[in-house]
Amino acid sequence: MQKVYSHITQIAGDVITVEADDIGNSELAQVTTRRGTSLAQVIRLDGKKVFLQVFSGSRGISTGDRVRFLGHPMRIATGDALLGRIFNGSGKPLDNGPELADNLVEVGTPPVNPVKRIIPDKMIRTGIPMIDMFNSLVESQKLPVFSIPGEPYNELLARIAIQAEVDVIILGGMGLKYDDFLFFRDTLEEHGALTHSIVFMHTAADPIVECLLVPDICLAVAENCALQGRRVLVLLTDMSNFCDALKVISITMEQIPSNRGYPGDLYSQLAARYEKAVDFDTAGSITILAATTMPGDDVTHPIPDNTGYITEGQFYLKNGVIEPFGSLSRLKQQVNAKTRDDHRTIMDTMIQLFAEYRETLEKQAMGFQMSAWDRKLLKYGRLFEDRMMSLKVNIPLEQALDLGWEILHECFSPEETGIKKSLIEKYWPKGV
Amino acid sequence: MTAPRTGRITKIIGNMVTASFDSAVMQNEVAYVLHGPERLKSEVIRVRGNVAEMQVYETTGGLKIGEEVEFTGELLSAELGPGLLGQIFDGLQNPLPELAEQCGYFLQRGRYIEPLPAGATWYFTPIVEPGAWVRPGDKIGFVVEKIFKHYCMVPFSFQGNLEVASIRDPGDCTPHQEIARLRDTNGKTHPVSLTQEWPVKIPIRAYREKLRSGEPLVTKMRIIDTLFPVALGGTYCIPGPFGSGKTVLQQLISRHAEVDVVVIAACGERAGEVVETLKTFPNIIDPRTNRPLSDRTVIISNTSSMPVAARESSVYTAVTIAEYYRQMGLHVLLLADSTSRWAQAIREMSGRLEEIPGEEAFPAYLESHIASFYERAGVVRLNDGSTGSITIGGAVSPAGGNFEEPVTQATLKVVGAFHGLSRSRSDARRYPAIDPLISWSKYSSFIDEKQRERGLMILRKGNDVAQMMKVVGEEGTALPDYIEYLEAEFFDSVYLQQNAFDPVDEATPRERQEYIYDFISQIFESEFDFEDKDTARHFFQQLRQLFRGWNSARWKSEEFERTEREIRELLLERVKRG
Repeated sequence: MQKVYSHITQIAGDVITVEADDIGNSELAQVTTRRGTSLAQVIRLDGKKVFLQVFSGSRGISTGDRVRFLGHPMRIATGDALLGRIFNGSGKPLDNGPELADNLVEVGTPPVNPVKRIIPDKMIRTGIPMIDMFNSLVESQKLPVFSIPGEPYNELLARIAIQAEVDVIILGGMGLKYDDFLFFRDTLEEHGALTHSIVFMHTAADPIVECLLVPDICLAVAENCALQGRRVLVLLTDMSNFCDALKVISITMEQIPSNRGYPGDLYSQLAARYEKAVDFDTAGSITILAATTMPGDDVTHPIPDNTGYITEGQFYLKNGVIEPFGSLSRLKQQVNAKTRDDHRTIMDTMIQLFAEYRETLEKQAMGFQMSAWDRKLLKYGRLFEDRMMSLKVNIPLEQALDLGWEILHECFSPEETGIKKSLIEKYWPKGV
Repeated sequence: MTAPRTGRITKIIGNMVTASFDSAVMQNEVAYVLHGPERLKSEVIRVRGNVAEMQVYETTGGLKIGEEVEFTGELLSAELGPGLLGQIFDGLQNPLPELAEQCGYFLQRGRYIEPLPAGATWYFTPIVEPGAWVRPGDKIGFVVEKIFKHYCMVPFSFQGNLEVASIRDPGDCTPHQEIARLRDTNGKTHPVSLTQEWPVKIPIRAYREKLRSGEPLVTKMRIIDTLFPVALGGTYCIPGPFGSGKTVLQQLISRHAEVDVVVIAACGERAGEVVETLKTFPNIIDPRTNRPLSDRTVIISNTSSMPVAARESSVYTAVTIAEYYRQMGLHVLLLADSTSRWAQAIREMSGRLEEIPGEEAFPAYLESHIASFYERAGVVRLNDGSTGSITIGGAVSPAGGNFEEPVTQATLKVVGAFHGLSRSRSDARRYPAIDPLISWSKYSSFIDEKQRERGLMILRKGNDVAQMMKVVGEEGTALPDYIEYLEAEFFDSVYLQQNAFDPVDEATPRERQEYIYDFISQIFESEFDFEDKDTARHFFQQLRQLFRGWNSARWKSEEFERTEREIRELLLERVKRG
């Protein structure tokens, strides 16, 4: 039943063209060359011409090589057998384990009906005060980590992965350095998290088309787990590489670029992936955290810009810490009223004072006189940076709130904080 | 008629399918792509020779060259009739709750459901007699839908004068049942039911005349109503970078605006935001009608991961539904969030058609598309002399937060008010983050124009001083300048900013706005007596604290009166004269 064609008429970039009949759009094919076989996917049909993007790249493909159409779209195995396993971007094992072909599901399924979603209201605790206290992560949230290359975003993702209380962790690496891949693998293993993790890894040395598949595969597997009632955390790093891969393919296909070479549908492409984050009304959930490196720390670059319009906030990693001002969790209001009665107040007060501290720093840099109040702020700012902002800090939320009160107590009198009396009486540390 | 006209697929790129055909094909007609048992809705968007290019409102995975396409001869239409209020549709007017019942968690490709439940019954009351002469858009009877008399009108697609040949007696009937027969001038009779269809991309014009928009629309957002008002039947836009609070602002307006019907077009934005609206609206009681907000709301939800072509049509579906309710003499507010995603959908299609791109790859006709969309707003005098209106508010998501981009610029040319959101205001948690220094409105406020100008001037002066202070420092600023700065900050924090989480402060009715603005104007006219900057700052801090309490006190409550007295006492201490 499967048809084999052996007349490749065009090879451009990683896209090959064959002449064939009765081929479905988005269908998969196997391309067999002297170097082995690779999967390829139909991305355009024009009369008899079938355009395929070859997952392993077009290098070494000859016009006489054989193309065998499989008659089905991209599929991926799912189920508990995947837990603890590591695969590449097209789902082949990288860990010497067996290939899996059970419970195949299609990749890139239709979107969830909005009426079947629920308003998210469960907090995911990470042990990082800058997240738990100031920008709480919420189940089913989609959040990017914006940072310039060189920031410890992978370390941050790994830390969240091992500390977050979720059922399954799915890690998707795109264009990762091999070192980073090893780092993730070892960290997960060391903390015993690998047993409930599934890793899909595309490294910088792998073919670019495979990079495009990673988010779809991760999310297809995640969706399957969530439908079985699991709470899934998907970590994607680095989504900028995914966008760049999109750019490469669209330019190969001679599409008109819209902004800095990126295709006009970049927004829709990213949204199709991020919107897979969901809290089902009668099943599990998917939460997505995605590292997005910003070229030149420029948040108006098309990648972070389009991402920001899709995601529910962002963590902004700068100088090795989560910056309180660029960062935002749009869903924090859904959870932070229910944690402890001082949570919102402490959050607002500390941030306002920290903003004043930043202003004072500017004044100081410009050589203006420092008043008594300015000196208090300077002390406060330093304590805040050391004890609260540092990513080394690892404490539960309640302890972080207590720490907040302590810092305020060390620097200010209760009136200076502007916190209402009832809370001061309840929480202001006693003694000197 | 004969067998349906058909064609065969010759080309598939993304969601664009090209088909060859033998007979005639109409531009913008709806066609179905047949793939096994699936029928995928699409629209003809270009015809060249004997091939038609179509945008498919679904994903195109699995489609094959040579598969059949069926042309329908009809333009993409919305079904209009009782039962729209409270509904949640996708961009093609499929009711999402019913779809969820049939298909479960996911949206299934090629599943279309009747927008109005065929089984519903409505109690029909005729208001014309047989023998009466009517025109398209004339009311011939009504049913009661939620809180309104939902008028049944002569279909807008009919022509000229028609005579009522027969009309049914009062009683229950279903949406598609015949309620009347109308005889045209050629003697032919046409059946009429409670529902009718209308092509979404064509404005409904079954009214006597379009009027100038004038009266202010009360949104209960102080900065809008007082400084940058929107008129009933007017248009406005809210551009802003991500995270500046566009959607929250639109949601607040959809809750509090004083209009009869709100149509929300959630176009290419986050699904989570729609979920919030559709789960909370049924539980919020509208104080003006004492009924849930959902009773006056229609939601068109085509979120970012839903098919792109349907995103393009969703704003047209929304505005057509708005026009339908306007025809009944109601005031309708249409909120589109976000028109940039709609423009991007147009751009994606234009790219697939390989049209020559304009700026940022948007097609050259972007501006005219945007203009004709906003032109569907307006106040109209209906055939029976009553008036209805549509006000359109569009959120814009400019790339990089830069207002110079094509969608924002094209929108600014055609709207009557501009509420520009700024990142610096939202970073400083000054919500709503409408920047008073860049925003404008061509409509008039219920606040006296002179007083309004004065408020704007205070803000501008305050900003000038603030800029200067950055260079010379606080110690280098003269006391009178410093007071101006404090006044502007005070005005900003107690009047322009509104706390969306405070049950009283989140919405300020017109009467209260007039009272408070008048009060603040008097403060600005007074002259103060301060020894130095510290006392001035301290005074305004105290004033601000009292005012904030005042803002969250219920109108004319005991607390309200008490706080007002405290404020007056504080003022008396410092005011020299005025």
